[in-house]
Amino acid sequence: MNANSEQRRRERLDRGIKVRSDGIYSLMSYRELCYLVLPRAVLITGMLILPLVVPTYWQKVVSYVCIYALLTLSFDFLAHFVGLVSLGGAFFVGTGGYFAAILNTVLGLPPLLSIPIATILGAFICTLLLLPCLPLRGVYFAIVTLMYPLLFTRVIEALNILGGTDGMVGVTNFTNHYFIIIMLLAFLFGIRRLVNQDLGLVLRAVKDNDQAVRASGMSITYYKTIAVFIGSVMGCLAGAYLAHVFEWAGLSSFALDFSILPIAATVIGGAGTLVGPVLGAFILVPLNEWLRDFGTLRIVIYALILLAFIVFRSEGIMVYGMRKYHQFEKWVKV
Amino acid sequence: MSTAPLLQINQVTKTFGGVFALNEVSLDLHEGEILGIIGPNGSGKTTLVNCITGFLELTAGEVLFRGKVISGKAAHKIADMGITRTFQIMRPYYSLPAYKNLVIPLFAPRARRTGGWRGGGKLGDRNTVSIDILEELGFERESFVPYKMASNLPTGYLKRLELARCLALNPEIIICDEVFSGLSMSEIASMVPLIERLQMEGITLIMIEHRLRELFRVANRIMVLNFGEKLMEGTAEEVMADEKVKEAYFGSEEVEEVMEHA
Amino acid sequence: MDILIEILIYGSIHSITLALMALGFALVYGTSRVPNFAHGALYIICGFIAWSFLKKWGVNYYLSIVLSIMVIGLIGALIYQFILIRVRGMAISEIIASYAIGLAILEGLRWGGFKGMTYTLPTFIQGTIFIAGVPVDLHRIVVLICGAALVGFLWVFTHFTRIGLALRGMAQDERAALMLGIDSDRMAVVAMAFGSMLAGLAAALLLPLGNIVVETGYNVLILAIAVCIVGGLGSWMGAVLAALLIGFAQILTEVYLGTHFKSVIALLAIIVTLILRPSGLFGRQKELEERV
Repeated sequence: MNANSEQRRRERLDRGIKVRSDGIYSLMSYRELCYLVLPRAVLITGMLILPLVVPTYWQKVVSYVCIYALLTLSFDFLAHFVGLVSLGGAFFVGTGGYFAAILNTVLGLPPLLSIPIATILGAFICTLLLLPCLPLRGVYFAIVTLMYPLLFTRVIEALNILGGTDGMVGVTNFTNHYFIIIMLLAFLFGIRRLVNQDLGLVLRAVKDNDQAVRASGMSITYYKTIAVFIGSVMGCLAGAYLAHVFEWAGLSSFALDFSILPIAATVIGGAGTLVGPVLGAFILVPLNEWLRDFGTLRIVIYALILLAFIVFRSEGIMVYGMRKYHQFEKWVKV
Repeated sequence: MSTAPLLQINQVTKTFGGVFALNEVSLDLHEGEILGIIGPNGSGKTTLVNCITGFLELTAGEVLFRGKVISGKAAHKIADMGITRTFQIMRPYYSLPAYKNLVIPLFAPRARRTGGWRGGGKLGDRNTVSIDILEELGFERESFVPYKMASNLPTGYLKRLELARCLALNPEIIICDEVFSGLSMSEIASMVPLIERLQMEGITLIMIEHRLRELFRVANRIMVLNFGEKLMEGTAEEVMADEKVKEAYFGSEEVEEVMEHA
Repeated sequence: MDILIEILIYGSIHSITLALMALGFALVYGTSRVPNFAHGALYIICGFIAWSFLKKWGVNYYLSIVLSIMVIGLIGALIYQFILIRVRGMAISEIIASYAIGLAILEGLRWGGFKGMTYTLPTFIQGTIFIAGVPVDLHRIVVLICGAALVGFLWVFTHFTRIGLALRGMAQDERAALMLGIDSDRMAVVAMAFGSMLAGLAAALLLPLGNIVVETGYNVLILAIAVCIVGGLGSWMGAVLAALLIGFAQILTEVYLGTHFKSVIALLAIIVTLILRPSGLFGRQKELEERV
């Protein structure tokens, strides 16, 4: 470096409005109101008009995007707000999907009943099955969530139950983009609100410092169970809806796509921001459709993208975007 | 007034793979007193705390609280009964501001039932109540301190935050694991009246300390541990006069100093 | 009586098989605390490398096995040195990164067309012998002997050699090991290389018994993890004992309940262990660390 070239450094300053609107809402003008409302408004209206503007071929993709976005949200919530890394989004999808299929084909319930019931029942079962590893710290949760989908595939194959390898066919078609979009938005804003409330604070504390939570007279397992239930509700909802879109629930409901894509989307979108991962899903899922001809190569591609983001510790799109939105940057002489 | 002890520790033994960390330690704690536990490093003081509060399972013996066996219960259940502890290595929620650190214990079942310290939790929302508690402990309300991230707070405030977390539960017993260590003299000087005030409010305290001079000032009774065994129990004067204690602490200048002082 | 002997023989062979699969995972987790979710992928890739040496380039069979094990050790070391070391200590990232590596390898192989019946390795020795009236492939006997020898070798290695002792030191207390002049990063690379070579060795011994298929990678990972959890994560002698336990349990269920339940046993073992003794049946006491 040239010795007499002047040294400069980039300085970042928060916009004043960020401080005023962070927690204590003291807005002073319509301009500030817009500053706050605009990103949310863009997101909501963008999602709502999406089914109207995309070409017919991509219509179905809108639903897929929302399904994956729900899974992604579930992963981000569990991993970055409770500290439970789930490697098996497919577990939730499969459980929800099979439940929806059973309720619909065997009991003959209409989709508007089978989806909610499958969601709740599935989440209940998932939570129950994951319960043994909740009192433990460390890699156990990741291991067990990784194993369940693989195991269920094998059990269904071997015992030839629930339609065996053919899966359960004849599920009523129910493809309503607005249903899933509104669900996604409701969960997105619901979870965002939850993590900032006292219950969410406790969940974050469980991740940060479980001993102190215990010393405060709160059962870690209880709060983790609540969190896993919330996470699996999102996953199972996605699965149940997916079964009705595909008109089918089968072994591929436990496919790896459902496990790996949400993780990749979270990492790309910005871990721990909740909105970022949803945006990540909006980027990766269309890419997924586009790469469908390449078969399993696309899983390789996500895995590599994921690896690159994890290793080089990219902050993700959302964190980057928020920083640009909330801060000035200028070069100052040193 | 009944004379039955508030907390009874009967023949508590804890082994770690054949090594006795605690060997048949017995102890009675009476309501409203301050009991000091001293002992050289590795004598099992923190292990005793972990055993009482359920963070470790006992190998043998039992712990009774108000005549009911609590040993073997989960740590959060024991805390829920009102036996709280601070950690020797402080464990705040580093990513949260100081006052949010208190919102978490205030959300706990016990705090919601009893309203937290002095029942304040039933009056206002948890953010305000937590700032009230912090103010009592010397976090100036008008300053930035209660709103600072816990990771940016100096040791003195973190120790107080540990105490505050216990107080938020409206505890009956607080077990302080070395709240004085790592503090400057002036910080300790401001902590001592605080401890005395807690005692006046009817909270029973167990204090584990290396700072003997300050401990002897506040404690009603002292128990000495050495190699996991109870060496003796008595008033500060008795402990200082005891030959065995001198032996255990041999070379520790502070004892000499304190003894000269007395 | 016959069935008893059969259970005994096949149970031992199956146990050794499981131990072979799990040792690499246990070694890596034990020393560097990285749950190597790429373990199954390394196992499979070693099989393909050996196959390529043998069938594509016409190398001698035994030489190609040795070469492929060395290559897989190198791959493991490179993975650690260039990828995993950067996320060391960040639990979430470690899990995701190793999982992503494993997936990329396995699905990449699947995409590359490595599937079907064409990929097989020949057995070391052909033929069958009868032990007390039970027919056993000679190759399985080789597996049994090699596996037992490997367990013995590992025990000697970790108790009497410098590297082995350093690895054990790191497993017990990394900071203390650092103070004694053990370079923990380098030892972790060594451990990863060793773990990968163990995976490769297991592959070389076991793959001749069947086809080389990508799904095996996932199976191996599941079984390895099951064995390690039951034995106590990170303790490799525990893993050997747990392999015996699960091996016999699997053979027993196969005989009395049918093949379907064989894989259920592995998961059941994990769940039961986690409920009853989270630190594993043979793991050291880790109350404060593991159980919240």
